[in-house]
Amino acid sequence: MEPHVVIAAVSIFTAGLTIGIGVLGPSLGEARAAAYALEAIARQPDEANTITRTLFVSLAMIESTAIYCFVVSMILIFANPFWNAVMPKVGG
Amino acid sequence: MEISSDNIVVFTVAGIAVNATIVWTWVVMALLVVASIAATRHLKTDFAPSRWQNFLEALIGEARRQIADVSHHDPGPYMPFVGTLFIFIAVSNLLTVVPGYVPPTASLSTTSALALCVLVAVPLYGIAEGGLLGYLKNYAEPTIFMLPFNIIGEFSRTIALAVRLYGNAMSGVVLATILIAIAPFLFPIVLTLLGLLTGFIQAYIFSVLAMVYIASATRARRGKETSQAQSEPSPAPNQKGTA
Repeated sequence: MEPHVVIAAVSIFTAGLTIGIGVLGPSLGEARAAAYALEAIARQPDEANTITRTLFVSLAMIESTAIYCFVVSMILIFANPFWNAVMPKVGG
Repeated sequence: MEISSDNIVVFTVAGIAVNATIVWTWVVMALLVVASIAATRHLKTDFAPSRWQNFLEALIGEARRQIADVSHHDPGPYMPFVGTLFIFIAVSNLLTVVPGYVPPTASLSTTSALALCVLVAVPLYGIAEGGLLGYLKNYAEPTIFMLPFNIIGEFSRTIALAVRLYGNAMSGVVLATILIAIAPFLFPIVLTLLGLLTGFIQAYIFSVLAMVYIASATRARRGKETSQAQSEPSPAPNQKGTA
């Protein structure tokens, strides 16, 4: 196989794998965080403001790991650094 | 398709390429400045302020309240920095309703610049509050062995701030572009609506996190004093409660 075919195949495959596996953990974590926050609000409705603010901040922290995976997969597909190494050879 | 608006050159001035990110950042800045000047031009203290004054007062009042909630401290010194971060990011994310607009936050350059501002502002506020030695002592908390981890944490959280905002804003743009290609027209609109919500929440989160970092740098000294002051009278209400 030619190098650009290998790079394209591996990049697309890895991009799918990255976002697929990378989303598992954060989604479970966000679900737990949201569930416990709802429980806490149900127990103490007076503290809803503080709990909601903390929930948003922690959701953002948890979510950022999924965002990293998304950024990596986007880079693999749209801005692959290895692509440029073989591109001149293909073009020429 | 371009993943970053940095690569879209709008026009060239004296050999310097001005890309879409810079142009839209200027547009957002100009909008904010003009709107602020127009709104604060005829400030009134009577019972019927103008709509814009009402809106701005509500916005600033809420921002001050949130900062006071997070920092347990007078929001005055933090308001210009954190409030500006919030308003700039919120406006640049919410303007995605305008067709053809590319949010400047969807470029890693903008978000890195904002995160670097936070990286610089945290020690500045910390030193202004507790002096140079008092701030540096934070790095050796709780023990001196945590020094390398505290320093790594300082940089990793800056990178996290930048990439989080970039990833969220960029994912909205990329998803809208992909969905327009495969499922026009209704579904992309719904997703854009969701993007407005996440954009606003991201603006809130960015500024709250900046405030939390500043507060953690400034509170270290104050926290010790207040905790010692509060630890002594606290048993009294407990005894009352149990008795």
